[in-house]
Amino acid sequence: MVAKEFQETPQIVIRDVSYRYPDAEDYALEGLNLTIHKGEFVAILGEHLAGKSTFCQLLNGIIPNFKGGELEGSVLVCGLDTQDVSVAELARKVGIVLQDPEAQLFTTKVINEVAFGPENLGLEREEILRRVRWALKVVGLEGMEDRPPPSLSGGQKQRLAIAAALAMRPEVLVLDEATSQLDPVGTEEVFSVVRRLNREYEVTIIMSTHKSEEVARFADRILVIHQGRLIAQGTPQEIFRDTELLRRAAIRPPQVSELANYLEAHSLRMLEFPITIEQAKRGIEQLFAGV
Amino acid sequence: MRAPVIEVENLTYIYRPYGIVALEDVSLEIKEGEFVAIIGRNGSGKTTLLKNIVGLLKPTQGRVLVEGVDISRSTVAELATRVGLVLQNPDQQLFSQTVEEEIAFGPRNLGLPESEVESRVEEAIALLGLERFRHEFPLALSIGDRARVVIASVLAMRPHIILLDEPTMGQDYRGHREIMSIAERLHRDGYTVVIATHHVDLVAEYAQRVIVLCEGRVLLDDTPAAVFSQPEVLRRTHMAPPQITRLAQALPPSLELPRDVLTVEELGEAVLELLHN
Repeated sequence: MVAKEFQETPQIVIRDVSYRYPDAEDYALEGLNLTIHKGEFVAILGEHLAGKSTFCQLLNGIIPNFKGGELEGSVLVCGLDTQDVSVAELARKVGIVLQDPEAQLFTTKVINEVAFGPENLGLEREEILRRVRWALKVVGLEGMEDRPPPSLSGGQKQRLAIAAALAMRPEVLVLDEATSQLDPVGTEEVFSVVRRLNREYEVTIIMSTHKSEEVARFADRILVIHQGRLIAQGTPQEIFRDTELLRRAAIRPPQVSELANYLEAHSLRMLEFPITIEQAKRGIEQLFAGV
Repeated sequence: MRAPVIEVENLTYIYRPYGIVALEDVSLEIKEGEFVAIIGRNGSGKTTLLKNIVGLLKPTQGRVLVEGVDISRSTVAELATRVGLVLQNPDQQLFSQTVEEEIAFGPRNLGLPESEVESRVEEAIALLGLERFRHEFPLALSIGDRARVVIASVLAMRPHIILLDEPTMGQDYRGHREIMSIAERLHRDGYTVVIATHHVDLVAEYAQRVIVLCEGRVLLDDTPAAVFSQPEVLRRTHMAPPQITRLAQALPPSLELPRDVLTVEELGEAVLELLHN
């Protein structure tokens, strides 16, 4: 895989961040330092309650502006300090899609759902419609404008939630376990749309997930969060071959990477560490050819 | 030949008022002691099927027999001692102030003597490893522990059949594996276990039989090896074999590696064996 060239524009800069929820004794996040560049596709892995959702909510200002608690350090998103600007203002920069689409969808028609954000920006009717059409086209829901959201499939609902976020023309899209309730095809639909946004529109993607097969195919960089700390980051290859790290953070790599780790434990090393079926196929063929 | 404990006969279920046909003329049998996984895309009918087997939903057409008895003729209490269902969202099933009370609720409603209720509660707590939570408020526990409380409550009814609609919310991979290994332990202890899930890698590893639903009908019903050898059929219900199986299927036959592998270890061992010889 050819590494993507990033503009060296830091878009999210997190400095010495620690965060405690109101009335909590322990830190939900601790000692976080991190820079994410414009156009990156970043996956966040870690076990349940490791701090992934907290991290996601840090990026659109929900933390601390809505949730309260104690935030140390600074979070800069698109040059804005999240503690100095309102959540509404940040919503123009950062869109968020949650695990349960039904927690996010609330109107009676697809078109109203997508128009809601831009309407609240007080935009002209024509501009609102332009954005709605564009967002529905990007997620592949054109023609469904009048459908009631509850009648959509799981993958369609999440794509609608993405469209609603897109209509705000954000520069960053955060997806918090947005595919965990979806079947494999719904998952593929969401990842494909997200990749398209990333590649064609340079939207920075930050996605917490457990689906390592898709992460391997789509993400540029993985962040591993464990007990509120960022304990590792690297390319999917680097992360999925680090068996000690995988065990510690309870991360399951793609099965093809597990196979390579298994063979390596038995002193059989593939030329290139595989994270996709294609790579593993090539690796095994090379082993059999004595390469 | 083991006896069928679940018989689904020409079951059709239509959700009113929208008229959505969730199951259409489904017939199947599950035998005593089987470990069955049900897979299929979102909306294929998995949950509707499980709910019809415990009588939470009543068939629009057809019927369901549990241990030979037409469930429309059993009382709720009777049925609950034969078959228990763990719902996809455990929170819909939790309502007591403590874990102990939660587990005791069912047996107490059977009118059992208090000593029997207590011994059942103790047994269920031990089986699911819930000792340190016994006085806790169930809804304050982690999602994985909440699911285990629900399983314990179901087990306290001493059913012979356990149906699990796998929780998807907030579960990580370890959580999914844990639910699956609890299911396997119940199976080893003699329960008939049916689990609905999307995790085909765990299905391949644990289940003996896989029922694939597609648009309310049974698309495939066979061993994991047989089901996962048909990727093109599975695609019709948005499913795919586990990645390791897909890799084995993609390898050139000339390597003489098995094509029907279900686990990473199986393929790994086969590679090692061929290369070391």
